[in-house]
Amino acid sequence: MTATNEVVRLGSARGGWLRQFGWRHLVGLLALAFSLFPILFVVSASLNPLGTLSSSTLIPPDTSLENFTKLFGTTSFSRWFLNTLLIGVLSAVLSMFVSAAAAFAFSRYRFKGRRIGLVSLLLVQMFPQFLAIVALYLIFAEITDLYPAIGLNTSWGLILLYLGGALGVNTWLMKGFFDTIPKDLDESAKVDGATHSQIFFGIILPLVVPILAVTGLLGFINTVNEFLIASVFLTDDSAKTAAVGLYGLISGERNANFGVFSAGAVILAIPTVVLFQFLQRYIVGGLTSGAVKG
Amino acid sequence: MSDTTEISEERASHGPGHRRPRFGLSGGDGTVSTGRLVIRIAVLGVAAALALWAAFPLVNQGNWIGLGILVAVTALLFYIYLSPRVIPAKYLIPGTLFLIAFQVVPVVYTVTTAFTNFGDGHRGTKQEAITAIQDASVRQVPGSTVYVLSIATTGDPVSGDLVFLLTDPGTDASFAGTAGGLRELPAGAVRADPDGKIRQAQGYTVLTIGQAAARSAEIAAFKVPTRAGALYGQGLSRAFEGAPQQTYEAGCDCIRDAASGRTWTADESDGSFADQQGQRLAQGWKVGVGLRNFTDVVTDQEIRSSFLKMLLWNFVFAGGTVLITFALGLLVAITLNRPGMRGQRVYRSLIILPYAMPAVVMLLVWRDMFNTEFGLINRMTGLEVNWFGTPPAAQVAVLLVQLWLGYNYMFLVCTGALQSIPADLTEAASIDGAKPLYAFRTVTFPLLLIALAPLLISSFAFNFNNFAGIYLVSGGGPFPPDNPNAGATDILITYTYRLAFGGAGAQYGFAAAVSVFIFVIVATVSIIGFRRTRSLEEIN
Repeated sequence: MTATNEVVRLGSARGGWLRQFGWRHLVGLLALAFSLFPILFVVSASLNPLGTLSSSTLIPPDTSLENFTKLFGTTSFSRWFLNTLLIGVLSAVLSMFVSAAAAFAFSRYRFKGRRIGLVSLLLVQMFPQFLAIVALYLIFAEITDLYPAIGLNTSWGLILLYLGGALGVNTWLMKGFFDTIPKDLDESAKVDGATHSQIFFGIILPLVVPILAVTGLLGFINTVNEFLIASVFLTDDSAKTAAVGLYGLISGERNANFGVFSAGAVILAIPTVVLFQFLQRYIVGGLTSGAVKG
Repeated sequence: MSDTTEISEERASHGPGHRRPRFGLSGGDGTVSTGRLVIRIAVLGVAAALALWAAFPLVNQGNWIGLGILVAVTALLFYIYLSPRVIPAKYLIPGTLFLIAFQVVPVVYTVTTAFTNFGDGHRGTKQEAITAIQDASVRQVPGSTVYVLSIATTGDPVSGDLVFLLTDPGTDASFAGTAGGLRELPAGAVRADPDGKIRQAQGYTVLTIGQAAARSAEIAAFKVPTRAGALYGQGLSRAFEGAPQQTYEAGCDCIRDAASGRTWTADESDGSFADQQGQRLAQGWKVGVGLRNFTDVVTDQEIRSSFLKMLLWNFVFAGGTVLITFALGLLVAITLNRPGMRGQRVYRSLIILPYAMPAVVMLLVWRDMFNTEFGLINRMTGLEVNWFGTPPAAQVAVLLVQLWLGYNYMFLVCTGALQSIPADLTEAASIDGAKPLYAFRTVTFPLLLIALAPLLISSFAFNFNNFAGIYLVSGGGPFPPDNPNAGATDILITYTYRLAFGGAGAQYGFAAAVSVFIFVIVATVSIIGFRRTRSLEEIN
């Protein structure tokens, strides 16, 4: 294929290249423009010193960091951002760990109730946690009475809650990966006297680190983007996540706060965009095998 | 999920005749290094400490069922991690506990709530409802005295029992009112302002304004029983003798209004008091209503029409989103996936940039770009469309936003799938003289569909409940003037949210019923879909 392409390109005139590749670049550029213009808009709105929605354009008339100083000076954004990182990182890592452990059991052991367990996980997966939002709210209102430290308006309560969804979301995916690791590996380790925990932590986990990284990243992004439960649970200004806090910024005065909001959006995007570029190769692999991002 | 049936495999590591310990802080082989022993003791110690921490509030509240569950769970954890036998359970139990606590229990709770009328006005028991109705109907007894009030206590200003120190402005007599009743104070024991407000009284601590304000909720609920009714505080400096206008009478099981003589009879099946015309009092109590929340969707004229409209739009929204994102993603993937084309990498990493942006904030950005007066879209195109003012425009807008947010993902997975289709298949087709489009339709596309069908189903299931995609962009609106609960772009989950947490009074029972509907729909679609792609049968 490549050889014939070369011949065509060398032998034909410019019209040939246009017919071969020109329209493809045109489609590519259009797709690019569609993808990028809202991002360009937020970035330039964040730099726009006027800071209103009506004065925001694709290319800012003038640039300053005023919106950023306002963001950190007049709102609790730094607090929201830290809450988001704490909730996102902890719930992603812990979810990853509990579902990897469960996947290990399902992949490596045959026990009573295994099949039922796997099928019920599939079923549970179809009833997303947020559908039970009413019940969750009422349960956590009760928990708040008993244990204020893990109740409503705390990061810990939300992390525990997100952990409840961990098995349903990731176990099947991870079991699939664990199944692809040859059993001979753990068999021979067992013969050498390794215990089950040495096999799990020492052999299996290191082999799936790239997968863990990607599923963890997607879990982190999902948590950052989780709005429904977080908006019901976190109403105190100091307890909010960035998503809930930023929403509050522009739900009242949309036009006036838009610049400050955009500055927050840009900062919130930095960690995920950087990680994404970094892990892009693995992410494509992880996605095609069934991970869904919210 | 308890016992392993693979004991034979386990035994491979032990010598013949080696007796496995049934319990103990040792590994499967009976020995354990000190370091791991320390870790195990530490972990179980933390678990025990947490259990202890959790036990105190339960004991304080006398919540013995909760305490029983706590003890059982802790015992189970100790058994699982000390016994060398239940190996799979060691790995399953952490996730399973969270799953049960924060997913299974809420789901069961949701389903049971769906069979009740739980919500604002139907929260507590019948007795609580009666108390609330009587308290709300308190009026001043005609001709009774309005007292000058000071708030005092017999104990600590922050938490001591409240006492109303009262002065009758007509006679200057002083009284102390407690929850037990009214008692006259000897004139010498009291020092009062000229207007009658008591500043000091023997045996009582008068609260300062700040101290009283801090306990205002408590003070508002405080009352001193009298013969005609009770003394109620009015603000922090007046008290009046009032009596409820509406009282419960056990004989007729009804509420009677003293002034008008109207009665509202208790309706146990509905959890409310209703008069002969069927007019209900706002305050009711929580009862089971059977299938009513579900049948209302079918039988209640008003709910049915808006529910069906929403359901239809929900399908259009989820299906349409999958369709347009897949179509555009596939188109771009096919276009760019051409060997020898330059810049593929650059295109790819830039096109998927929106996928890495936090969706929640980008949804809000899109909402503001669609803003009629200030929005970028109207300004750039010179249009003056009120995007969220008419149903079709709002529907187009939310779909457009989903296209932006989702096509990158489809582009990624299509590119991956295209590259995994063996080149000789497509080459064979072209050697056979098939036109490219024909070859695509008959060879490439079916292969793609097989590979991507599970993803398309998941994407449908996700978008069916894409709360943020609607709530943050259009808010469910525009709303018809006669129904502020069901807007033109509302999907079932945003409707549920509004029923439960919207401003118009929570209807938890009905909201839970809608959740159950959503679950049934999504589960049905997913099961049919996955059956077709045979994913379900891969359990091995």
